[in-house]
Amino acid sequence: MSLFYIVALPFFGALLPGLMNSAGRAATAGVTFTVTLAAFVGLLTNLPSVLAGEVVMARVDWMPLLGLNFSLMLDGLGFFFALLILGIGLLIIAYGRNYLSRDDNMGQFFTYLLLFQGAMVGIVLSDNILLLLVFWELTSLSSFLLIGYWKHLPEGRQGARMALTVTGMGGLAMIGGMLILGQIAGSYDLSVILQNRELIQADPLYVAALILILLGCFTKSAQFPFHFWLPHAMAAPTPVSAYLHSATMVKAGIFLMARMWPVLSGTPEWFVIVTTAGLITMVLGAVIALFKHDLKALLAFSTVSHLGLITMLLGTGTAFGAMAAMFHILNHATFKAALFMSAGIIDHEAHTRDIRRLGGLRKLMPITFIIASLAALSMAGIPLLNGFLSKEMMLEEANHTVLFNSPWLVPVLATVGSLFSAAYCFRLIGHVFFGPVRDDYPAKPHDPAAGLWLPPAILVVLVVVIGVAPFLAEPFIKLVTASVLGDAAEVPKSYFKIWHGLVPALYMSIVAVVGGLIMLLIFKPSLRIWDAMPRPEAKVIFEAIVESVAKLARAIILPLHNGAFSRYAAIAAITMVAVGYHAWSTGTIAAPTREMQPATPVAVGGWLMLVAATAGMVMMHRNRLLSLILIGIVGLMVSIGFVFFSAPDLAMTQFTVEVVTIILLLLALNFLPNRTPVESTVLRRVRDTSVAIFGGLATFALSYHYMLRDAVTAPISEFHLANSYKGGGGTNVVNVILVDFRGFDTYGEIIVLGIAALLIYALTETLLGGPVRAHLLNRKPDQKRAGNKHPMMMVVLTRVIMPVVLLVGFYIFLRGHNEPGGGFIAGLIVSIGVVMQYMASGFGWASARLRYPYHGVIGAGVLIAGLTGIGSWFVGKPFLTSDFTYVRIPPFEEFELATAALFDLGVFLAVVGAVMLSLESFSRLARQSGGPDSEHALDIDPSRDDPKEPAEKEAV
Amino acid sequence: MIHWIVAPVILPALVAPFIVLAARYHIGIQRVLSLAGVVALVIIAASLAWQASDGTITLYQMGDWAAPFGIVLVGDQLSTMMVLLTSVLALFVLLYAIGSGWDDRGRHFHALFQFQLMGIMGAFLTGDLFNLFVFFEVLLIASYGLMIHAGGNARLKAGVQYVLFNLIGSTLFLFALGSIYAETGTLNMADLANRVTLIGPEETVGIRIASVLLLMVFAIKAALVPLHFWLPSSYAEAPAPVAALFAIMTKVGAYAIIRVYTMIFHPELEATAGLHDLWLLPAALISLAIGMTGVLAAKKLDRVVAFSVIGSMGMVMISISLFTPESISAALYYIVHSTLAGATLFLISDLVRTGRANLDLTVQPVISGNALTAGMFFVGAIAMAGLPPLSGFLGKLLVLDAAFDNDKMAWIWAIVLGSSLISILGFARAGSIVFWKAHSVSHENGAEVPNAPSPLAYAAVGGLIALLVAHTVFAGQVHGYTFKMAAGLFAPEAYISTVVETPGKLSDAKKGDH
Repeated sequence: MSLFYIVALPFFGALLPGLMNSAGRAATAGVTFTVTLAAFVGLLTNLPSVLAGEVVMARVDWMPLLGLNFSLMLDGLGFFFALLILGIGLLIIAYGRNYLSRDDNMGQFFTYLLLFQGAMVGIVLSDNILLLLVFWELTSLSSFLLIGYWKHLPEGRQGARMALTVTGMGGLAMIGGMLILGQIAGSYDLSVILQNRELIQADPLYVAALILILLGCFTKSAQFPFHFWLPHAMAAPTPVSAYLHSATMVKAGIFLMARMWPVLSGTPEWFVIVTTAGLITMVLGAVIALFKHDLKALLAFSTVSHLGLITMLLGTGTAFGAMAAMFHILNHATFKAALFMSAGIIDHEAHTRDIRRLGGLRKLMPITFIIASLAALSMAGIPLLNGFLSKEMMLEEANHTVLFNSPWLVPVLATVGSLFSAAYCFRLIGHVFFGPVRDDYPAKPHDPAAGLWLPPAILVVLVVVIGVAPFLAEPFIKLVTASVLGDAAEVPKSYFKIWHGLVPALYMSIVAVVGGLIMLLIFKPSLRIWDAMPRPEAKVIFEAIVESVAKLARAIILPLHNGAFSRYAAIAAITMVAVGYHAWSTGTIAAPTREMQPATPVAVGGWLMLVAATAGMVMMHRNRLLSLILIGIVGLMVSIGFVFFSAPDLAMTQFTVEVVTIILLLLALNFLPNRTPVESTVLRRVRDTSVAIFGGLATFALSYHYMLRDAVTAPISEFHLANSYKGGGGTNVVNVILVDFRGFDTYGEIIVLGIAALLIYALTETLLGGPVRAHLLNRKPDQKRAGNKHPMMMVVLTRVIMPVVLLVGFYIFLRGHNEPGGGFIAGLIVSIGVVMQYMASGFGWASARLRYPYHGVIGAGVLIAGLTGIGSWFVGKPFLTSDFTYVRIPPFEEFELATAALFDLGVFLAVVGAVMLSLESFSRLARQSGGPDSEHALDIDPSRDDPKEPAEKEAV
Repeated sequence: MIHWIVAPVILPALVAPFIVLAARYHIGIQRVLSLAGVVALVIIAASLAWQASDGTITLYQMGDWAAPFGIVLVGDQLSTMMVLLTSVLALFVLLYAIGSGWDDRGRHFHALFQFQLMGIMGAFLTGDLFNLFVFFEVLLIASYGLMIHAGGNARLKAGVQYVLFNLIGSTLFLFALGSIYAETGTLNMADLANRVTLIGPEETVGIRIASVLLLMVFAIKAALVPLHFWLPSSYAEAPAPVAALFAIMTKVGAYAIIRVYTMIFHPELEATAGLHDLWLLPAALISLAIGMTGVLAAKKLDRVVAFSVIGSMGMVMISISLFTPESISAALYYIVHSTLAGATLFLISDLVRTGRANLDLTVQPVISGNALTAGMFFVGAIAMAGLPPLSGFLGKLLVLDAAFDNDKMAWIWAIVLGSSLISILGFARAGSIVFWKAHSVSHENGAEVPNAPSPLAYAAVGGLIALLVAHTVFAGQVHGYTFKMAAGLFAPEAYISTVVETPGKLSDAKKGDH
């Protein structure tokens, strides 16, 4: 079967259990088993090629430019691990089907499990290290889901996050390491990297890559000082612990060290880091394991210890060490998975995993007793079981290893580790199965159905078979070792034997076993010493670190983003000025190319008024009405400025805009208190003032600089000036620019205006739908209202003036193309006319006479403008292409008709609609607060002369 | 069809006023029109992208006026890709808005939505800086309308800050445009690219200031620290579909930076040397760090997502700031990813909101549809945190790979990888509290259990996730394309000559003028 299918099967198969969940537990487990079995068989079909020493390859390009490709390879090492993953996977699925209770969501469980399985197979079959990273992180993620499977348990959630954080950190480090490695070797393909040992080890970045990759391996394989997450991962259901956290996932780090062995090992850095970490982990894990009372915790630390052992073997950098490591991986996977499953059985039947509450199970659960004891004895290194063989090889290797110039260090520590290892194995057997039968088990223990004990039993058969006849495993392990070593070393000649003669390793082994027995005898006193010893609790430290990181994050982020807008604006302004200053100070500057213009008295006068109004605004801004007037002055001065610089169009626009804005603002002011309250401290005002002054100075400098200099070449406006009549049919260049040269900008801007009006309307609507409505209805004006709401003079005047205003608007609109004017200004003028009606005669009166809804007017305006633009498509011209012609309707003079006028009509309508819709929205608010408006104009408000309310009277 | 290129701007600009004119009281009709418009946009955008994929540069002269005197739209690989991304995003966001009923909680949602699309499309297509300003205005005002859609005090307050900050940005944009026009006398980008080369070494301050002012305008849009303050509360408070659509808005800033600072103020330009190549990278690194730290620090789920958007923009900007073809192509790949991932997460946080009292990261009873929503969140968070196998991881690899030769490589790698870890912590914490810890408490007796979100809402989120998956599976093709695109950006001669040399109305007169 193609390697792709082997990897893909579990991933696609992962959909099935979730889907089959409602079809029942048997069906769910059945499909999971079938999927795994299919992948397993698929793997076996590749066995002949692997045995023949070939490397099976499969490759599809994924991101070729990056060098990340979906390339897989299967050699001895990959086959070995894939076999473990899928083979033990089958047993775990069978076991898990019987282990999970009816309350557990089995579909979810098996989906996660298959995802994990696929990721794990992916790791061991990857030929591309970036692809390997993908699968690597996927195992972390699926492990996160599986540890947190029992969502209601806090241990599960915490354990899951801890595992994800630690392995995730390692994974991120490894990304760095792998990228460096790939850059050195010039390829991310393992097959290429493995050929480049000299190149890589000579590179200055080798140590960085090594450390980063080892961080990934150590976190994944729970090596000291990252070992602490593994015991907490035991919150997962036992099948997960057996599968991920002893047999497969935690071996991913070891797998990678083995995979990279030919290129990374053999240097002093590798030797010191890997061997030391492994050695410490081995001893530490074994010691802690002895004193754990929870069966799964004991097994977890023993796993840590054995992973340390394998790591140490890989660290020595010799071929024999690598071979011993491979052999021990096989042996550990068999006996440890069996032990975990046994622990699960005990938990399942006795409802406790606490060793102190167990004992005497030998008689109650004989089958479990045999399975667990054989596995434990193998772990302790008792002859005729497979654990003995690889442990002997480990001790043999330790004997030849000189670390930190001491020939004693490694052998002694290895023996100590083995001694404690034997001790906890004996304790497991002794304290759980032997001793008197108790009568206070939480549940009456008995052997489970075959579904639960058969999977571990199969593993124990392997334990015994390999232990008795090691020569059966020897060719396979040597094949695996050969693919680990690659071209870097020869496979050792030595044979797998139970009896090697009276070699030092045997003595060390005897010491370990005997010592272990003694430890068991003196367990109680040593436990007392252990309990009395101060020990750093990894979980506490870890959570303290995470919590302090989170605290730090909150301390940085939350005060920084506290919603104080004036500070945000200050930071932005300072940034702008500072960056601008930097650009200024690093550039070169030449003399101005233009003369200063003479300061005429008119200009100076205008300037002074502008300054006075602005300064007054700053001083008196708390009085809202006054500040509005001052704003009006500023606006008018700007209009006059436009006149001064011969831009009558702009002046007219500015002027009418000013009128409309002030009216709208006045309406809004109606709902606000007269004065702005003081809300900021003096300090903050000083800060804001300084920022404002800096900003102002910078703006001044900028304008001053540019106004004294010409552009590098002629600006485009010269073309506009020259061609406005010839090309646009108008002598008013500003208007031709607006509706023709840059009509598209205008199109955008009228849309902005229209949106603004819609927005004001929508906002009013929302406000009136909410609590604001009640607020408005209950609102009492804080000052006396004018008794004469609609003064007669004003009403009459505005009604008389209305036709005139419309006429002026029409005139301005028509003449726009050649003289100052145009749709925009005309729209504003007409709006002012209508606004006056509203003001004089009241909202009710005016809106009752409203024929076209303003929404529609806006919509029509924007549509007309858009359709005018599209019109030019029918003559094969681009959007908004204008044309003009001269027509003569008798009695009139000849006049010009331009398509741009139609566009201008759209502008006109949009402007009128937008202004009026905004006004109407305000008026809706006002009407809510002012009570129903009278239909009749010229009405008198009688409430003004009502006596004051009693409460107020007393107050007075 | 020669007018195809203008359609992404015109179509929404016609649909919107039509809705306002004829269908403003009929949500059903609005939905049909809006959806039809967006589907048409997707088709148009796809054909434009197809047309541009072989390197064809399509020029459209508004009003038949040649550049630089009139306004031009330019469709090249980059702009059409962004247009396609926008339209596809809009389709799913719109489906979600309809499915979740968000569009019916205030007035004029669909009209504003279409106007917003018009603004974004115009910003991507235009070849003129002032026209870009106009479209920035359109999309700003429309987005403000969308942001405060459905009202509420918190939302209005956030909206005011949003619009004020962006008005500061608009003002700065005007300063920048004024400076550029004063210095060069043009506003057309291609023409500008030609004219900046005329600026001699004797006076560079003018163009230097103009270039950094413009950069800061775009940086505000791209939410680059320290100009990002408008983003967290406005994105968090905005209605979810709107926040999801906003995922593309930060990219408008990124797009503009790529466009202007590869073509006009490109790294080799002497006059502006030592500016953005100095400032941009540190700011981007800090953005990434601040954003991802915010993911861990935030107290509400929607804030978590908002900060992750800042972080992912930091990532985009890191890659842009290296200004090599490799890094720009990585940035472009990441832009697509970041848009989809950000939108997905905002929509998911809304799925959560429907089942909870609020989005505070406190233990509250299990929401309806927990397993599905949790699964989607898991996928979205993986994407955003840049974990395998999704596109975030691939994008991260591309950025790291592109940074390998940079002299600040150690900084870049350390912050990229470190902030990934922080974001993993943050997302794991948020997800664990919202989806897992919820199992430890139950609904109060008699408390009303909220309805599950509608299937259409789920389908919309599912669609975005499917796009993320597709972006991952076809990463090779996408990256190959962005690589070609980046190479084209660094050789803009074809773009410039197409824009500047194509004649328009009265072009002969123009020659006389020059």
